[in-house]
Parts: sequence; C-alpha cells; structure tokens
Amino acid sequence: MIKLIDVNKSYGDLHVLKNVNIEVKEGEKLVIIGPSGSGKSTTIRCMNFLEKPTSGEVWINGERLTDKNKTRLVRDNIGMVFQQFNLYPHMTILKNLTMAPVLHRLMTKEEAQEVAYHYLDLVGLRAKADAYPNMLSGGQQQRVAIARALCMKSKILLFDEPTSALDPEMVQEVLDVMIKLSKENITMVTVTHEMGFAREVADRIIFMDDGRILEEGTPDEFFNHTKNERTKAFLSKIL
Amino acid sequence: MTDVFALWRWQYLWNDRMVFIKGLWTTIIIAAGGLMLALLLGFTFGLMATSRNKIAKSFARVYLEIFRNIPLTLQVLFIYYSFIYSGVKISPTIVGIMALGLCIGALISEIVRGGIEAIPKGQYEATAAQGLTTLQTMRIVVLPQMIKIIMPPLATQLAVLVLNTCVLQMIAGNDLMYVTSNWVANGTLSYGPAYLVCGLLFFAVCYPITSMARRQERLHLGTRR
Ligand SMILES: Nc1ncnc2c1ncn2[C@@H]1O[C@H](COP(=O)(O)OP(=O)(O)OP(=O)(O)O)[C@@H](O)[C@H]1O
Ligand SMILES: [Mg+2]
Repeated sequence: MIKLIDVNKSYGDLHVLKNVNIEVKEGEKLVIIGPSGSGKSTTIRCMNFLEKPTSGEVWINGERLTDKNKTRLVRDNIGMVFQQFNLYPHMTILKNLTMAPVLHRLMTKEEAQEVAYHYLDLVGLRAKADAYPNMLSGGQQQRVAIARALCMKSKILLFDEPTSALDPEMVQEVLDVMIKLSKENITMVTVTHEMGFAREVADRIIFMDDGRILEEGTPDEFFNHTKNERTKAFLSKIL
Repeated sequence: MTDVFALWRWQYLWNDRMVFIKGLWTTIIIAAGGLMLALLLGFTFGLMATSRNKIAKSFARVYLEIFRNIPLTLQVLFIYYSFIYSGVKISPTIVGIMALGLCIGALISEIVRGGIEAIPKGQYEATAAQGLTTLQTMRIVVLPQMIKIIMPPLATQLAVLVLNTCVLQMIAGNDLMYVTSNWVANGTLSYGPAYLVCGLLFFAVCYPITSMARRQERLHLGTRR
C-alpha cells in the first residue's frame, strides 16, 4: 500500500531523514514511535507529500508519488489526522465532513451527508453536526477530524500524534475511536507517544531515532524482548 | 466672526447647492472607481506577495514600495502630465481613479498579504491532505476566512480613498474639494459656510464607513476565542 524507498530529507544542512525504508501492507496497523525530533512527523508527512523527500521514492498503491500526481493520488488513497485537528473554522461540522467529497465529486451532496452522519455516529457526535469547530472541546474536534478523514473513503489513514494536543481527560475518547477503527480493514499509520495504544493496536512498531529506523517488530518483540540499548533507554524513560 | 457665517452667505450657498452636490457626486464616482481598481490590484499583488515564485514576489514588493513611499499628490501630477505630454487628452476623473486605485491598491495588497498569512499553516495542510488544489484551497478555505479579518482595514482604506480625492484639486478634478475652493474663490469669499459644508459632506460619507469598520472589528474579536 505504502512504500518508502531510501527516503532522505534535509532542511538546509539539517539531515532529518536518513535512508528510511518502510513498507506498509494493506490493512496493516503501523505505529511509529521515538524521541522528539527523531523525524517521525517528517516520515509520515512524506507519505502524502506534505513534505517532499530530498531523495528516494514514495509509492502509493503501486504508483510512484510525484508532484504532478500527488493531488489525485492523495485524494483517492490517503486521509490524515493532525495533532492540531486543523478543522475548517468557518464551516459547520457537517460542512467540514462533506466539503471535500462533494468537491471531488466522490458523492452527491445528499450521499455525502448520509456518509457524514454515519461517521459522526461512529465518533459519537451526530448532535454536533450544525455546530462550529470552536464550540467543541479538543477531544470532540479531533473525533470530528477523524470522521472528516473517513468521509473521503480513503483506504489509508495517517495519524500524526492525534492525542498530543489534548487535555489528559480527553485522550481516551479519541483513542477509543481509533481502536474501533483498527478493527476495520483500513491501513493505519500512527505516530504516537501512547504506548498502551501501540501495544493494543499495532501489528508492527517502528522505532525511530535521529532520522533512522533503529528497530521494528511486533509489540511483543519491541516491548518485551528488545536487545537494542537505545530502545531500552527510551522505553525506560517513557513507561 | 459672525460675518464669516452671515446669513446671506448661507443663502448664497444654498442657491448654488447643485455645485456642491455635483462635486460630491464626482468624488463618489472617483472613490468607487478607485476602489474597484484598488481591490483588483490589491488582491492581485497581495496574492503575488505570498506566492513562492520569487519574481512575482519581488514584483509585488516593488509596486508596494513605490506607491506607499511617494506622496499621492506627486503620483497624481505624474500620471496627469504623462498623459498631457504624450498628447492624450484625459479627464481628471480618470486620472483620479487611476492614481487613487494604484496608491490604495498598494496599501490593500499589504492588507491582503497580512490576511493570507494570518491563516494558520494547518489549514493548508488539511486541504492538501484532502487533495484540494491551490486554487480550491484559496477559494473555499483561505478567502472566506481572510475576508472576515481584512474587512475592517479595507473599510478604513475606503474612507481614506474618499478623503484623498482632495488631491485632485491640483488638476481641477471637479471633486468636492475642488468645487468648494473654486466656489469660494470665484464668488463672495463665503469660505465659512462653504468649507463647513464641505467638511460635513465628507464626514457624512466617511463616518458610516469607518464606524461600520469598527463594529465589524469588535464583532470579529468577539467571536474569536
Ligand atoms: N520545516 C522545517 N524546517 C526545518 N527543520 C525542520 C522542519 N520540520 C522539522 N524540522 C526538524 O526536523 C527534525 C525532525 O522533525 P520531526 O517533526 O519529524 O520530529 P518528530 O519525531 O515528529 O518530533 P516530535 O515528537 O517532537 O513531533 C527536527 O530536528 C526538526 O527540528
Ligand atoms: Mg512530530
């Protein structure tokens, strides 16, 4: 579904991704963890070309992602949920959900609304359809953002620290929605510091440090049997 | 002092009221035309100023710096005499529209640039992640949010535009200021009532605009968290 081949990314002299290779299979739940500044966001943002790699290739669904085809390829395949929600503040919740699908003619307005209500039910926010984003709590906004991504019917969803900007009491409501989603046949790539979530949901965990993939494996291998000293040091700090 | 505002002077002014009404009308026409041009230029160059294209960016910059750092009066004279010397007969009204449009357009381009830059980066990322093109992003997400932010300073510029039609008296622009001065000089020197009425007319046009701008600004601040 997604393939990063020898991806490098530099900002000026700062070399933030160093030969990153990742292959994500259809339906796989991949979790990326690692210390701050290790390049997790940059990695996940290369997957939909929010950041363009300095070198290397990104493949989506058998097609190589380029500047030319990124708008179409991203639209047809990949949704994203951001740390800061990034809802459209001048649109109602319903409009936030239906705008892009209708604009891209994926559905008629009526179909899009039906789909929107379906996903608002899933995240438990049907009652907020006519509200504006700033009337919602952070946790509610993030659940709306997830519903918005789902409305595009993408087979791949990217989550970049979806709970990091939330007050602690709102983290679980968002994680619950994501756990529910993980039971579906969607391909999910999640950057997170929530180790409980990683343990429960991940098929595979990638540990990044200093722009490299240091280790990858199942949650059991990663949390219980790692031999890597950096991983051990990281885990002892975070657990 | 009483003689300056003597009753007969008011009577005299009232008899010639059409002169003032026409002057006001010309001023409004120039302001309206100038506004159209200024908005067109302001949005074009404001967008260019935020583009990633270096050439477009510096072009917008040059335009801005020229027109905001030279007195409007000089701009008017420059445009006017450029046409005169190249043998083109041009109405002062058109010169006024051009000069004010160019000058206020430069100021509006700054407002537009500021408005676009006030939209958080996350909004662009959200639209990119949803496969919107740049144009769709502008139309559906950036402009509607930006309009709310830039309405108050735009309205202020409209008032500035109306007031600055005064500079056209240099080239006999038939604007309100010109006809007022002219009426005073050619007649009975009744400058008391004439300038008072002229000021009141300007105030009557501009006050609603600026107070609307203020109300909008408060409304805007009020709805933001
Ligand atoms: N636009 C940018 N310009 C310059 N440097 C950047 C830019 N974006 C990221 N970086 C740098 O790249 C490195 C990796 O950043 P990245 O955001 O990918 O880290 P991260 O693992 O997501 O960290 P965090 O857990 O804090 O989100 C950091 O050193 C960061 O400062
Ligand atoms: Mg990050």
